[in-house]
Amino acid sequence: MPDLIQIAIILVKIVALTFLVVLPLVPISVYFERRFSAVIQDRVGPNRVGIPLSLFGFKKDFHFFGLIQPMADGLKLFLKEDFTPAHVRKTFYWLAPVLTVAPALITVCVIPFGSPITIFGHTEKLVIADLDIGPLFVFAVSSLTVYGITLAGWSSNSKFPFIGGVRSTAQMISYEIALGLSIIPVLMFFGELNLGKIVQYQADNGWLLLPLWKNGHFSLPDPQTALFWIPAAISFVIFTISIFAETNRMPFDLPECETELVGGYHTEYSSMKFALFFMGEYAAMVIGSALIVTLFLGGWSVGFTADKWIQGLHIGGFHFGGLIHLTAFVGKLVVFILFFILVRWTVPRFRYDQLMKLGWVIFFEAALINVFLAALILAAPHLTIAILGIGTVLLVVVTAAVIWVAKVSEESPKILRA
Amino acid sequence: MSDTISATAELNLPKDLAAAKGMVNVEIDGIWHQFPKGTRMIEACRQAGTFVPHYCYHPKLSSPGNCRMCLVQMGMPPRPAPGQEPQRDDTGYEPIGWIPRPVIACANTISENMGIRTSGEVVEKCREGVMEFLLINHPLDCPICDQAGECLLQENSVEHGRGVSRFVDMKVKKPKNVDIGPRIRLDDERCILCSRCIRFMDEVAGDPVLGFTQRGTHTTLTVHPDRLLDSNYSLNTADLCPVGALTSNDFRFQMRVWFLKETPTIDVNCGSGTNITVWARGNKIHRITPRRNDEVNSCWMPDSHRLNFHYIDSDARLTEPLARSGGVSPAVFSPIPWPETLKTAAAKLKTIAPENIAIIASARMTNEELFLTRSLAAALGTGSLSLVPRFAEADALLVAADRNPNTLGAKLILETEDPFATLDSIREGVRSGAIKALIVLGEDLITDAGFLFADLANLDFLLQSHILANPTALAAHWVLPAAAFAEKRGSMVNLSGRLQRLNRAVELPGQARDDWEILRDLTLAVTEETNVARHHIEDVFKSIAEAIPAFTGLTLSKIGHHGTQIAATDYQIPLLANERARKAAGLING
Amino acid sequence: MAVIKLQRPKLNFGEKIYFGALIKGFFLTMTHAVKSLRGKSAGADSLASSGLGVTMQFPEQRWDEHLPEYYRGAPTLVTDEQGRERCVSCQLCEFICPPKAIKITPGEIPSDDPWAKVEKRPKEFDIDMIRCIYCGMCEEVCPEQAIFLRKDYLITGLKRADMVHDKDKLYQIGGVRTGLVNKWNELK
Repeated sequence: MPDLIQIAIILVKIVALTFLVVLPLVPISVYFERRFSAVIQDRVGPNRVGIPLSLFGFKKDFHFFGLIQPMADGLKLFLKEDFTPAHVRKTFYWLAPVLTVAPALITVCVIPFGSPITIFGHTEKLVIADLDIGPLFVFAVSSLTVYGITLAGWSSNSKFPFIGGVRSTAQMISYEIALGLSIIPVLMFFGELNLGKIVQYQADNGWLLLPLWKNGHFSLPDPQTALFWIPAAISFVIFTISIFAETNRMPFDLPECETELVGGYHTEYSSMKFALFFMGEYAAMVIGSALIVTLFLGGWSVGFTADKWIQGLHIGGFHFGGLIHLTAFVGKLVVFILFFILVRWTVPRFRYDQLMKLGWVIFFEAALINVFLAALILAAPHLTIAILGIGTVLLVVVTAAVIWVAKVSEESPKILRA
Repeated sequence: MSDTISATAELNLPKDLAAAKGMVNVEIDGIWHQFPKGTRMIEACRQAGTFVPHYCYHPKLSSPGNCRMCLVQMGMPPRPAPGQEPQRDDTGYEPIGWIPRPVIACANTISENMGIRTSGEVVEKCREGVMEFLLINHPLDCPICDQAGECLLQENSVEHGRGVSRFVDMKVKKPKNVDIGPRIRLDDERCILCSRCIRFMDEVAGDPVLGFTQRGTHTTLTVHPDRLLDSNYSLNTADLCPVGALTSNDFRFQMRVWFLKETPTIDVNCGSGTNITVWARGNKIHRITPRRNDEVNSCWMPDSHRLNFHYIDSDARLTEPLARSGGVSPAVFSPIPWPETLKTAAAKLKTIAPENIAIIASARMTNEELFLTRSLAAALGTGSLSLVPRFAEADALLVAADRNPNTLGAKLILETEDPFATLDSIREGVRSGAIKALIVLGEDLITDAGFLFADLANLDFLLQSHILANPTALAAHWVLPAAAFAEKRGSMVNLSGRLQRLNRAVELPGQARDDWEILRDLTLAVTEETNVARHHIEDVFKSIAEAIPAFTGLTLSKIGHHGTQIAATDYQIPLLANERARKAAGLING
Repeated sequence: MAVIKLQRPKLNFGEKIYFGALIKGFFLTMTHAVKSLRGKSAGADSLASSGLGVTMQFPEQRWDEHLPEYYRGAPTLVTDEQGRERCVSCQLCEFICPPKAIKITPGEIPSDDPWAKVEKRPKEFDIDMIRCIYCGMCEEVCPEQAIFLRKDYLITGLKRADMVHDKDKLYQIGGVRTGLVNKWNELK
């Protein structure tokens, strides 16, 4: 019987967190994308779709800033003809959209959405699966997305989707390396792979990028933590940009760039199958943002020493602080999604060779060096200043050498003669 | 010593070389050419590749030289003083002394050592002047004029006109929209008085009803009092008219010519095989005009043939295969798909003994269709195959007595002297019941072959393929929609033994099919052969070329737009005889 | 084939780093976003903005009074001061129309008509407004000053057939146009 209750609780968490928190974020980010891009471009964006009250005799329609637009879009995609071209490889063609969405949604299970909630003495964590290998699980599962895209490109049996699929494969494999390497310093710092515990640590001791309090009291960070801010920031930049590349967002949406490849890997798709790709892309963006927020920006923690007090809030036996934290987490998520959107409408698309060069020549090396830098700093308390200095000098030399090698190894472009 | 040299030199002079061939040397725009003696200057220029603008000149008509548009500059060698030798340059030509005023190119014939300039200041000025005079009284109603788009006045005014008028006085008013004949409308204001129509009616049609009245700018084209322009060749004057003065009532305000697609093909209304151009926009034929072929119809065609195309998109057109589903009178038909039609028809045919089957085809069918009809007869094992004769009165020009366009082709393809011979016996057989099955291709037996509805209604099997709904179809068990002459490709042989091509100008309506395809598929259905050997009409023609000696070595594309003579007959098209006589007399050049 | 050697611009270190340009870009886009939210976008006033960006909110706000003189709306047929339909169905517009939107069936004017001397007028004149691209070539090519692009831009319909303007509709939108050359009125 307790097992059944446990299973029921897990089911409730899955349904609540996936379908009430993450999935609604997808249409909401689509809506934000459209409205935000509109104001950036001096336009209005979708502001009409609402409840047509005037049909029922009211004076005015209820527009509500067009927030119903995503639902209308979804409905439209549902009602469209689901067309399967004759030349596709059916099984894989049908499989591909699923393979794109499912991994993105599976990764939700390790994200801590808030601090534990206690009801009638029973404490429940706001995470579906409290795995001890959180980030690794996320990487492992989200890598599967590439199969979806590759299969979509290949099974479409058409030129442009195929090019899109191949591009996507190369791009994702390349950036997974930078992605994995870039968070090694973070994991070294926390000494922990459980995302829940990482967030709890940040709530207590300051966010990784904002270490301004310790053990629940405001205080300047100790020298080690302060110094670690540098590799942490580098990690943050590399990780964020790599997430852009992993989710095929602008400026790295080479697999689906319209000017060259029509629609990229989903050119031959329509109706809900296309919608699944669309959803997968946005879900990946949501999960990516969640991961960044969790690792670098304190996850669900409100910060500034307020978390302890929030966790203590209760009405009778119901400790509802976790819900406030959930709100904080979603708020951070939305802000980061807005950042994603801002980047999309600001930065022009990279050329494919630039993209690969950025991944392999710059981020790979930078992430590697960053690991050494972080190790040096973390090891520093036990070492003298002299060794720290020598280490820094060595690091600079090695960095310079890597840059030089990268520069030399770069071939001067040949002039093509026709 | 100079004697010997000059003696040999004189022998090799260009004029002597040309004279030996009956030719003369003419320099046109600086290049020396040779032309037969008696050629008009304008014709020489045309052959040399230089177009001289003109209105009144027509190669098949006499040249009165009254439009003055073809003015060119001419030069002759100076006449030597008595006793003086003509001067010659290195190449043996005498220097040309250019006449400082222009001459008309259409009415002057060339002579030895003549020079012609078709450009230059004098000529250009003259053309501009003539254009301006011609346009003085022109109403400039191009937006409503049917000739717009093929109007010589428009074309030449683009090239040689001024763009604006300097004429300040009132334009001369003349009658507009004059009803001068049943098929022709006259607008005198547009007329530029070239007299082509007058000459045509006089010299070619032999019915001189047109003429000029009044004088000067008031000169007016009109018909003789109490006469009408009602000759069967009257519409040729609309073709001839370089402007929009004479227009066809049938084509009036139907469609602008620049929308029309031209398809060269041949006329199927009589055995002459007049060469025609079909003008169609989309799937609608708007007019038919004669196409020049000096071996068949010169530049002309009779009105009766020209206007006989409206049935092609009439309401009576059959557009889908029909099978009789009940009743005899009134018969009830229902549409069925092609494969089923042919299958059921062939199945029914095979239940009837071959000696009870007869085929009546048409001499309006192409060689290819007749050839496939023959194969069908062979596949059925029947020997009763006849065509329907169609004779009427001939005229003295183009219309032949034999109104079937391919009688000679039928004789060649069916290898019989009289393809109509068995028609009477088939009719008797149908009446007596000896013939139980009849296949009728492209003919209406009741109207044209003297069959009776009651007899046809007694048949076990009657299949008809035709273009239009007709009385015979009411007695038929299967009615197949076929292709009209402008909708199919193929070849025919005219009465003078000339093999000519039909070309497809418009697409078939509805589910109608090419006759040759119907015949092929019916034959395949009868023989239960599944291997379709003939995919294109070219394949059928190839078989004809292999089987019939007269066609040996020919293909459809080798026939050419002007046909190929494949048989010798003693039939002479009267129009051509007239024309050759006039040409021999030097009246015309063409 | 000629070889065109492109000299890529030499970038300095700051430009190579690319971050400067990114930050600048963010500032640019955010400036636009803030301005457009405040209704202060460049050109918002002259374009009669609704207060968000430069956009006009269509069904409530209309562009009508802002239409420029040269605006090209729906092509129409016009009559002149004498009430004569000017079109003589020369079909030049049908010929020139790039999307083949115009279809004319010419007809003859009956002899008892006061304008019988014009002889020709359109029996049917259809412009398929689904096809029309408002290029104005029909107006330019018309030798009779009969077809004009008016300022009607709200061409809507519930069926395809509704979007085909027939002769009556074209004259109804076009109305009377004065001051045109009256070439058929002269003693001609």
